Amino acid sequence: MTEPLIELRSIGKRFAGVRALEGVSLAIMPGEIHCLAGENGSGKSTIIKIMSGVYKPDEGEIRIDGKTVPGLTTRESIRHGVQVIYQDFSLFGNLTVAENLALNTALRERRKFVNWRGVRALARRALERLDVDLDLDAEVGSLPTAGKQIVAIARALMSDARLLIMDEPTTALTRHEVDALFRIVHDIQRQGIAVLFVSHKMREMLEISERLTVIRNGRKVVEGPTGDFDEASITRAMTGQDIRDEHYVWIPPAGAAPAPRLEMRGLTLPGAFEDLTLTLRPGEIVGLSGLLGSGRTDMALALFGLETGWTGELRIDGEPLRLRSVQEAIRHGVAYVPEDRLTEGLFLNQSINRNMLASSYEEHARLSVIDRPVVNDLAQRMIAAMHIATPTGEKPVGQLSGGNQQRVVIARWLLTDARVLILNGPTVGVDVGSKAEIHRIIRGLARDKGLSVLMISDDVPELVQNCNRIVLMHRGRFVQELDAATTTEEQVGDLLKGLR
Amino acid sequence: MAILQRSEAVIALILLTAMVVIGLINPAFWNLDNLFGLVKSNVVIGIMALGVLLVLLSGGIDVSFPAFAAAALYLTIKAMLATGYQGVVGPFVLATLIGLAFGAINALFVHRFKMIPLIVTLGTGSMVRGFLLGVVGTSMININMMPPALIDFAKTDLVTMTQPDGSQYGLTAMVLVYGAVALLIHLLLRYTIIGRSIYAVGGDAEAARRVGFNLRTTMLVVYCTAGALAGFAGLLHSSMIWLANPRDFVGLELDVIAAVVLGGASIFGGRGSVLGTILGVFMLVMVKNSLIIMKVDTTWQRVVVGVIVIVATAATVWRDRKRRA
Repeated sequence: MTEPLIELRSIGKRFAGVRALEGVSLAIMPGEIHCLAGENGSGKSTIIKIMSGVYKPDEGEIRIDGKTVPGLTTRESIRHGVQVIYQDFSLFGNLTVAENLALNTALRERRKFVNWRGVRALARRALERLDVDLDLDAEVGSLPTAGKQIVAIARALMSDARLLIMDEPTTALTRHEVDALFRIVHDIQRQGIAVLFVSHKMREMLEISERLTVIRNGRKVVEGPTGDFDEASITRAMTGQDIRDEHYVWIPPAGAAPAPRLEMRGLTLPGAFEDLTLTLRPGEIVGLSGLLGSGRTDMALALFGLETGWTGELRIDGEPLRLRSVQEAIRHGVAYVPEDRLTEGLFLNQSINRNMLASSYEEHARLSVIDRPVVNDLAQRMIAAMHIATPTGEKPVGQLSGGNQQRVVIARWLLTDARVLILNGPTVGVDVGSKAEIHRIIRGLARDKGLSVLMISDDVPELVQNCNRIVLMHRGRFVQELDAATTTEEQVGDLLKGLR
Repeated sequence: MAILQRSEAVIALILLTAMVVIGLINPAFWNLDNLFGLVKSNVVIGIMALGVLLVLLSGGIDVSFPAFAAAALYLTIKAMLATGYQGVVGPFVLATLIGLAFGAINALFVHRFKMIPLIVTLGTGSMVRGFLLGVVGTSMININMMPPALIDFAKTDLVTMTQPDGSQYGLTAMVLVYGAVALLIHLLLRYTIIGRSIYAVGGDAEAARRVGFNLRTTMLVVYCTAGALAGFAGLLHSSMIWLANPRDFVGLELDVIAAVVLGGASIFGGRGSVLGTILGVFMLVMVKNSLIIMKVDTTWQRVVVGVIVIVATAATVWRDRKRRA
């Protein structure tokens, strides 16, 4: 039996009296790929920071190569070969690839001067080790995320790493880049280096890791060979509940079919979409999927008044419309939750209340003066209804988790009395528990309030569970319409693959 | 065109174009005495600009250096008059040290108390200027009182020419001082770890800390050098114009920052070079000089400097965004 490379034994950690970790034990063997899974706020980052010496545990011990290391510091942790690649990579965007790679070595050797030829040679060797080709003279800021990540990995490996900890490494990568990253991870493993992969994405964890540890609320829930897990069991371990696969069934009220809420007839915008015809009735959730560049986002923007100049016919509740601005769209009851809520949808350093009320201030103002008590009471009720986890509505939205931020955006639109809700990637970057919660809220809104929802997503299970119809879009056209109740995830997945 | 990717090449190209245009409007521009005069006006602003370059690279901004320069020159000459000292090296060392000490105060507040450099330097600049005028004195020291050694030193020419009308003009040797300072700063930035740490801090201060740079040292070097260069340039200026005026350099910070930004330095830190700064200073001095030759009112010169700051900053922001995309 070989000794674990690094071992945490019954680690406990508190912050200002709040328990972040309790009795967590975790062993990483030399050269293994280990996954640390947990939802946002479960204590994953705290574990990383304890391993790298940033935090000191309050209880328990850390062992490296079988020996206790009391009071592990960052410097010691690095000396023992532990390297962390943070989500932001800690690279210098204004410096070249070569210099980014060589800086650590120069600092470790306590150099005073820079030998540029040496810098380039060192950098070239570091990249060769990963068998990747990057322009040494390119500024790191000009590289795509995947390129930056490679630089960060190469830099970490330069300091005789034995354990590479990667914090959510796949968040900003495309599927293709994830594959490339996994090849590199396997390559690193062949060089005898262990990798701790911190993530909440189940498919990736199952794909890459050999062993898996799941933590929840600061405690270890389960640990074992990855082969013993499947998506459902990881989800259960991460959330502590069974998230049942529910289907959304839309039953048209008996008698006369309700009047259509949203009608598109032959909507065309050259270069973006062509001849789109679709009808949404109140209470329907219609899914829309297609590859990137299929025109789905353009269509959403057109419905929200951001993309103008289209031809064709658009009606909401029977009224023909030409939406020329966002204000007009909002007035007619259209609400849009963008793909990138952080840059497009939220004012991150403003409070939750202000963010929720941003689109409805006008309604609650008398002679342009906002009625504070009314507005705050409204926000308070919304926070409760949407289960937004916060002590107060005054907290800046930037401090909330991804799932809670998404709820704030949705809440904002509910306050505008929206009739048509367009969601673009509603749960991208949101963890499993929150995701199920957001889905429940959306289904509830459609069922109880008669909202018509258009859900644009790449997440096939999400579409199948939440929509009553799914429309596939390709090269600017609707190519197929499916009844979600009789369609399986595999079928939708295959159809999407077939569109390539 | 790889060479055009470099900001310095673009700036040099713009500079050449501007020179050609100015030469067409006013052919006297190309007269040797005008060019020599132009070079001479570059020296003091240029040395100060090199200090400001360091501050901008580190992600900060410095508006205190004109006050430091005035204080350094006035205190030094007061001290010389009081002691009757007649050397050259000693006073320059003293002025440099005075500037350096003031710079250390900036570094202390910026690093230890994590204060915004603009606020810190607004405050220190105002305090230093106030103390100078309130405690040390407000009277100018004219040519009749100025130490002759300094005046003789600053009068040194590299080459001397004679005009057709018999008057003499020359290329000041102070350009060598400027060149030497520029070379030193270039070597510091390019070939020392401290120099690279300035770029690193300006790029991402948190990452610089994680990598293991000692940011205290970096900030001390940045602000002390900026102060020291301002002190040195202050005394040099005074020696060149034969006058020690405690109210000198008021409003100069905008010109110098404009020159550095014009030279391609990013106002957000992390980008910029000595060569670019030299070109930027030359361009700014040349434009202001041409406005004077064209008899443009000084108030309008302020407008031009303001426009240069805005346009040059917009251009660098646009460049950086393109690179990041």
